[in-house]
Amino acid sequence: MPSILKRQTLHGGEKGFANEVIDHGSRIFSKDDLATLKACIQCGTCTGSCPSGRRTAWRIRQIFLKTLNGLRDDVLTAEDLWNCTTCYTCQERCPRKVKTTDIVRSLRNLAVREGHMREDHAKVCQLVFNYGHAVPINEDVKATRKRLGLTEIPPTVHQYPEALQEVLKILEATGFRELVERKGRPT
Amino acid sequence: MKNYVYFLGCITPNRYPGIEVATKKSLSGFDINLLDFKGASCCPAPGVFGSFDLWTWLVVAARNIAIAEEMNSDITTTCNGCYATLQEANHLLKHNANLKSQVNELLSKVGKRYQGSLNVKHAIEVMSDDIGLEQIGKKVTRPLKGLKVAVHYGCHFLKPSETRMHGSAERPRVLDDLVKALGAESVEYRDKPMCCGAGGGVRSANLEIALDMTAEKIDNMLDAGADCLMTPCAFCHLQFDRGQVELNEKYGRKYQLPVVFMTQLLGLALGMDARALGLYDNSISSESLLNKVP
Repeated sequence: MPSILKRQTLHGGEKGFANEVIDHGSRIFSKDDLATLKACIQCGTCTGSCPSGRRTAWRIRQIFLKTLNGLRDDVLTAEDLWNCTTCYTCQERCPRKVKTTDIVRSLRNLAVREGHMREDHAKVCQLVFNYGHAVPINEDVKATRKRLGLTEIPPTVHQYPEALQEVLKILEATGFRELVERKGRPT
Repeated sequence: MKNYVYFLGCITPNRYPGIEVATKKSLSGFDINLLDFKGASCCPAPGVFGSFDLWTWLVVAARNIAIAEEMNSDITTTCNGCYATLQEANHLLKHNANLKSQVNELLSKVGKRYQGSLNVKHAIEVMSDDIGLEQIGKKVTRPLKGLKVAVHYGCHFLKPSETRMHGSAERPRVLDDLVKALGAESVEYRDKPMCCGAGGGVRSANLEIALDMTAEKIDNMLDAGADCLMTPCAFCHLQFDRGQVELNEKYGRKYQLPVVFMTQLLGLALGMDARALGLYDNSISSESLLNKVP
């Protein structure tokens, strides 16, 4: 006898979004690893292990459920998506070996492409565009370096302007500068 | 004598040069020679730039590795974030020829080439594997007897354990063993493997959330009677040091737990001068810690 309940499966919604997340991450990681997203059984070990979830509304289990159900806008605009510190505790403990943290990074990449990069994060990118460092040197630290017997300027891109040009060229070539400065996918 | 190219990253040279000087000084007595990583950029941070665009993250990381390859030396670093990026990028590229050729096509525009010829090791591994903690213990001239140290491992040295391959991420031992080798005591505290709160772009965009995690860790360390906390990571170091100041200023806390980098503690146990190790250059004073050192 058929069940009186209308059957619903985790994948009953728009499947396209989950595949988009898997495909995007697969440019870097193995597709099999990203496809573990579909192995999620919603047990909640991830959320129960999450130090950020203890103090914020970030619920990684819920984000994965929404992703599997195709709630694309909901997921990509979620402010809480940016509360994950990428500590990997959930990924280590997942009984289904879902690559949770890699999937979160893939989701965030897509959010950024949709223009949802936080202002503060765009500022960090701007520091890299200007100096090649996300945390550049300042006058106080130059003095400390000198006192400690180190070169005032470290032997990084800070000391080699031609090396900085290489980095900037890469950031142009990958489309990253455009992604950040135009706030999303190049039109 | 073993050579490493020392990947400084951003926070070690540009905020905590004491970590840089202490690492060079304390390891030099063990025949470890740290070479300049000339022209290196931001690693780039795994949870920050990896969250923005994984492809860009990988190519910039590969450029950094390519610089070390030209010098024919393995890489070491004193930041878990830098370690995570360079180790993971190296791992991904060594195991994926197609990805490697795509990356090299882009790197050729700046005259660089990633080969996959070297290994990336955290400074923890240099101490535990190349030198050996027993060997370190033998050279200790000022055992840090009676000092209670709360060890913080951070996340990205150990995890993902499948890629890092340093054993248990839930019950690691290596830094506790280092503390013991230096004559000090490693105190157990609640939620020891927990994150400092800074990673994944949380510090830059959601400071209060990052600080709330930092406060929980510090409280747990203080409850266990720690005299100081020891980090293996420049970014965690910054989060605990600057974080305590921020918690005191913004939320009226009264935290004063000294933050010491693992190679600074090593330097102290080897009899080196605290000032020369940069222990007076933290935001939180190291005075109470130094008063306890014999």
